[in-house]
Amino acid sequence: MLTPAVAPIEAKKKEWSPYTDNGGTTLAIAGPDYAIVAADTRLSNGYSISCRDVTKLAQLTQHCVIGTAGMQADRAVFHKLLRTRVDYFKYKYGKTITPTALAQMIANILYGHRFFPYYCFNVVGGLDAQGHGVVFSYDAVGSYQALPYATTGSGAQLLEPLLDSHIAQRNRTQKNPPMSKDEAIAFVKNAMASVSERDIHTGDFLEIAVITREGTQIITREADGVERIKLGFD
Amino acid sequence: MVGANGESRYAPAPPKPSDPDGFCFHSPHPEVFSGQARHHHRHSHQNMASLKLQPADQKVLPKAKKTGTTICGLICHREGCVVLGADTRATSEAIIADKNCSKIHYLAPNIYCCGAGTAADTEHVTQLISSNLKLLRLNSGRQSRVDVACVLLKRHLFPYQGYVSAALVLGGVDFTGPHIYQVWPHGSTDSLDYVTMGSGSMAAMSMFESRYSHDLTLDQCKDLVHDAVLAGIFNDEGSGSNVDITIIERNKPAQILRNMDTPNTRLHPMRFQMPLKNTVVLREFIELHEAAPVAPAAVPAPAKKAEDEERAAMPLE
Amino acid sequence: MSDPMSYNGGTVLAMNGKNCCAIASDLRFGVNNIFVGRMHRIFPVGKKILVGYSGLASDCQTLNETIQLQTNLYSLREGRQISPHALTNLISTDLYEHRFGPLFVEPIVCGLDEKNEPYVCGADLLGCLSKPTDFIVSGTGMEMMMGACESFWRPDMEPEELLEVISQCFLAGLDRDALSGWGCVVHVITPTHTRTVYLKSRQD
Repeated sequence: MLTPAVAPIEAKKKEWSPYTDNGGTTLAIAGPDYAIVAADTRLSNGYSISCRDVTKLAQLTQHCVIGTAGMQADRAVFHKLLRTRVDYFKYKYGKTITPTALAQMIANILYGHRFFPYYCFNVVGGLDAQGHGVVFSYDAVGSYQALPYATTGSGAQLLEPLLDSHIAQRNRTQKNPPMSKDEAIAFVKNAMASVSERDIHTGDFLEIAVITREGTQIITREADGVERIKLGFD
Repeated sequence: MVGANGESRYAPAPPKPSDPDGFCFHSPHPEVFSGQARHHHRHSHQNMASLKLQPADQKVLPKAKKTGTTICGLICHREGCVVLGADTRATSEAIIADKNCSKIHYLAPNIYCCGAGTAADTEHVTQLISSNLKLLRLNSGRQSRVDVACVLLKRHLFPYQGYVSAALVLGGVDFTGPHIYQVWPHGSTDSLDYVTMGSGSMAAMSMFESRYSHDLTLDQCKDLVHDAVLAGIFNDEGSGSNVDITIIERNKPAQILRNMDTPNTRLHPMRFQMPLKNTVVLREFIELHEAAPVAPAAVPAPAKKAEDEERAAMPLE
Repeated sequence: MSDPMSYNGGTVLAMNGKNCCAIASDLRFGVNNIFVGRMHRIFPVGKKILVGYSGLASDCQTLNETIQLQTNLYSLREGRQISPHALTNLISTDLYEHRFGPLFVEPIVCGLDEKNEPYVCGADLLGCLSKPTDFIVSGTGMEMMMGACESFWRPDMEPEELLEVISQCFLAGLDRDALSGWGCVVHVITPTHTRTVYLKSRQD
């Protein structure tokens, strides 16, 4: 007969966790001569809204923007870290890091925290050397992929098929040409409004970073320049 | 406590072996009920056996539709009436399952009831109690009383020990005056001037606590309830969409103001039309309604041969 | 055993149009991630009414048989077909009867009522009804379908456009749901006829 050396494992108590999901949805689209990165600005905590106007976007270089869903604290630290790494790159090599190189660097940083990851689900949008839009999508530990479009966060499941249908035009016999920049912006507004209709953690305002050869413009207001781009407030 | 048949209070008893067909209509506490109420506890337990096949540690409870809700109600003492309010969102975890559901349920012409919790429970519990109140009215020839509705509700809920998860705000006006009751899923009740329930109850209560007084006119009460529900809609993610309000006055038909405010209409709608004939169709059948004299048979299952050909013809992308 | 609602997989989507409505489902029958075969999950209840079931396949079939029995008895007793409104209430009470040992089914009723008005209504597994003005989805691909539907659905669609929209929304969602697929069937119900269409979809 065996005498148990340790006490039998009891039902697991709810342990303290360093992670929390603050919700939110990001979206990135690579166009022929532009890239778009967009995100809502809601910060959720359980069923309550901690803040209605927190940016999930960070412009890292003139031609590269990152959008991050997940945990607000990790996002803030991660964006700050990336900014210092971008600056450091410039001091060390005397030139601005390209979006493609930055994408690899982000993967390296994320994988560097393999066993205590940043709770961040990133999309990166930028322009490549030829001026074409590029988009990269990440998981929390740095697995990444270049894609024509990407989405992460609480509304990603809702958004992904919509992008498949409207951008990749899957399951369609007649395909339309790729969207122009303005069409894409209008589509992003519609798509994110759709998500905020059905996902409780997505809403309030929309921020859209539009990256073109001329640089990056972060659109937070409607065409009149006064009204913020609204999503559902409920 | 152990029930009359020796079953544990924590799990409904399995069907007795002597039960010829395995059915077992039983209530957790038969001795609690008397008269009419007993016959309405008719949950079937025939699927309980299959639930028990799941190992305890792997048991997955399926998600039922919830109403993460803001519901509230108050008494207007000045005009002797009652105002109930609710939002219209039903959620399934973080997804909004229904954007415009109705959470103010009819109990009697002079009594209505807001429901929060598991949507199916609030819906069916209020339907059941409304039937019982109707029977009582037919038997007695008198108007239903709000405290009777309250007692019927708690007598239904208490034996289920909170497993029928209906959190209710009950309101109505009878010959004794206006009443608001708060009914908890476990069966306890409170009779108060103003109450809120659901995940948005804190937001709604903040409005009531700051603005409620006994001197409010009916219009002020209506505005207050409206603002309380709005506070829930905008500050609680479990609540959303529109405001429903029901006003019950003495000797008047209740005013049902369904969607009295719709502050969350769709933004940035799609502006284009889906191009037609854009999807690959494999087969097509048209069944005329007028021609068929009898109800049509089941949809014809594709013949096996055709299905195999189809499968062979379709490349795996 | 995992969650019974996603054990076999499958999705049903129904949409309202102008004097018409449509219902779509996939044909996959699986056991968790294993593909086993194909099954239909949409069944007629008399003329102009279709009911789609998603969830545990055995419970879908059980509920369907119960509903068929009861609606047939109803027709014999009343000498007329059951209305979609009465049908949804029947489904609701049938489901709530099993409150503490539920049938793992989320049915969707799609049809035209006595006045040929479109009627689309869904229930959760405990029998809570929801009657939307636009569309309703149930099953493992619920989230995936909803996103596309929110953008593509428009009010007052004619049957042709409705077929196109429901097909595109369903196929978009289908491709992103691992537990649905292996073919797709769409029914569009109009006052004069029901059009049944099998769509080409990914077979994985």
